[in-house]
Amino acid sequence: MTTTTTSAPVIRAESVHKSFGRTEVLKGIDLTVSPGEVMCLVGPSGSGKSTFLRCINHLETIDRGRLYVRDELVGYEERDGKLHELSEKAVARRRQGIGMVFQRFNLFPHMTALENVTEAPVQVRREPKEKARARGVELLDRVGLADKKGSYPAQLSGGQQQRVAIARALAMEPELMLFDEPTSALDPELVGEVLEVMRALAEDGMTMVVVTHEMGFAREVGDSLVFMDDGVVVETGRPADVLGAPRHERTRAFLSKVL
Amino acid sequence: MSQTLAQADRGSAAETLTAVPLRRPGLRVAAVVVLFLLVFLLEGWITNPRMQWGTVGEFLFSPVIMEGLRTTLLLTVLAMALGIVGGVVLAILRMSKNPILSQLSWCYIWVFRGTPLLVQLLFWYFLSAVVPTVGLGIPWGPTFVQAETNTLITQLTAAVLGLGLHEAAYMAEIVRAGITSVDDGQNEAAQALGMSRGQTLRRIVLPQALRIIIPPTGNQAISMLKTTSLVFAIAVPELLTSIQGIYSRNFQQVPLLVVACFWYLVATSVLNVGQFYLERRFGRGAGRGLPPTPLQRLRAAARNHREETAR
Repeated sequence: MTTTTTSAPVIRAESVHKSFGRTEVLKGIDLTVSPGEVMCLVGPSGSGKSTFLRCINHLETIDRGRLYVRDELVGYEERDGKLHELSEKAVARRRQGIGMVFQRFNLFPHMTALENVTEAPVQVRREPKEKARARGVELLDRVGLADKKGSYPAQLSGGQQQRVAIARALAMEPELMLFDEPTSALDPELVGEVLEVMRALAEDGMTMVVVTHEMGFAREVGDSLVFMDDGVVVETGRPADVLGAPRHERTRAFLSKVL
Repeated sequence: MSQTLAQADRGSAAETLTAVPLRRPGLRVAAVVVLFLLVFLLEGWITNPRMQWGTVGEFLFSPVIMEGLRTTLLLTVLAMALGIVGGVVLAILRMSKNPILSQLSWCYIWVFRGTPLLVQLLFWYFLSAVVPTVGLGIPWGPTFVQAETNTLITQLTAAVLGLGLHEAAYMAEIVRAGITSVDDGQNEAAQALGMSRGQTLRRIVLPQALRIIIPPTGNQAISMLKTTSLVFAIAVPELLTSIQGIYSRNFQQVPLLVVACFWYLVATSVLNVGQFYLERRFGRGAGRGLPPTPLQRLRAAARNHREETAR
């Protein structure tokens, strides 16, 4: 029994469809992410990779298909053969196990770096403040920012802000981390420090789904690479294989532009 | 020409610039003329025997006027409190996904912003004419507690209701503007961490919205302080009503109105100071630093002066 739960996929998507108005952005996504796997989602902008990522923690709802995280439907419950929308509370509870890092950091600007990290543990998990602070300092240390704990986001560089955002997500002890183009809003010289933190996280065995344009990171850190275009998965495989010898014309055309 | 410029450049490049400031004679003349006119007007005003400065001094701290001032301040605080709480509720209702709730909020704002405040004040004051008793019970069923409207709604409660409910309609729009000004990414980040809607609003969105909400709210509070003078229409003994009471007996209108202006100015000045510190408090993290308080500025100036003289 334990072996089946540990080897069960963390994410299972079956024919996931999603439309915004009349534009269909996801046209049937099938994929699985195993525990400890680092999956990189790449593709041209507008291919639906960010939307798919946001469906995983129910920031977007899906229109058709099934999306499971840890064998639980995202945002719904299946009872008597019918789907029931989950209560806001239940959705929030499931989100606690999923950390998310955004392209534009989205740190809380009115709180210091440490307060950003301790906010969810104190408010959501009702942890005692002292305990949360101690662990918050630990987490900031882990991303190399222990000396910045009293700084407000506006006083930090983009790279530092994104590292605080990673520490903030880790504070809820998630078993899955979602990264939505975490380095796209950064100056080139700051990209490395964020990727370094993500690499360390991957080495610790975190399950990660990363939407990225950093092909070097995908090749070195990723366990799998999914190339999406126009709402469908075009090609999946080991990063070295897909990047080195793409099988599809669309993948080749995209890679020739970014590599 | 170019050679001399280059030489001058080389000579002074490392030093701090000590240039003779550009003279603007026109500006100086204008300032002197304006100052002269001001002194002329003030002198005429102050030395005018009909101004009865003695009367101003006599009534400045008179107990009736102090009592009026107290009522004005009380009215301002209560009406603003009602207005702010009501405004937050209305703003949240207005942004609700439920169309009935948002329409209700829209209707409230439409009615209370669209009719004159004076009419609303009189309306609350004369409420007992149409609704003689107010009770608590089950609609169309038994009533448990009942009271005469006239004992329940005194002049003061009518004034607070009138001012506060009217204010709520304006505050609703201010609060809504503040909430919509907060980037949607803040909502998403909070929700991704597992925070509930209520927690997100209370801990993340409202504190940031306050930065936008406070300046216009300060305006509203100052405006409210002066608007309370309207309640003389329903005979609440606030500052202006008590002043009018006095000058209707001694006919010293202008000196007593000067007393009223003095106290209104004092009160609005205090509000200005309060607004400055509130803005500072909620401006945390908005920029890279906060503006210095007057005390800090004074200390910095003193430090500079000491350093200058030491050198």
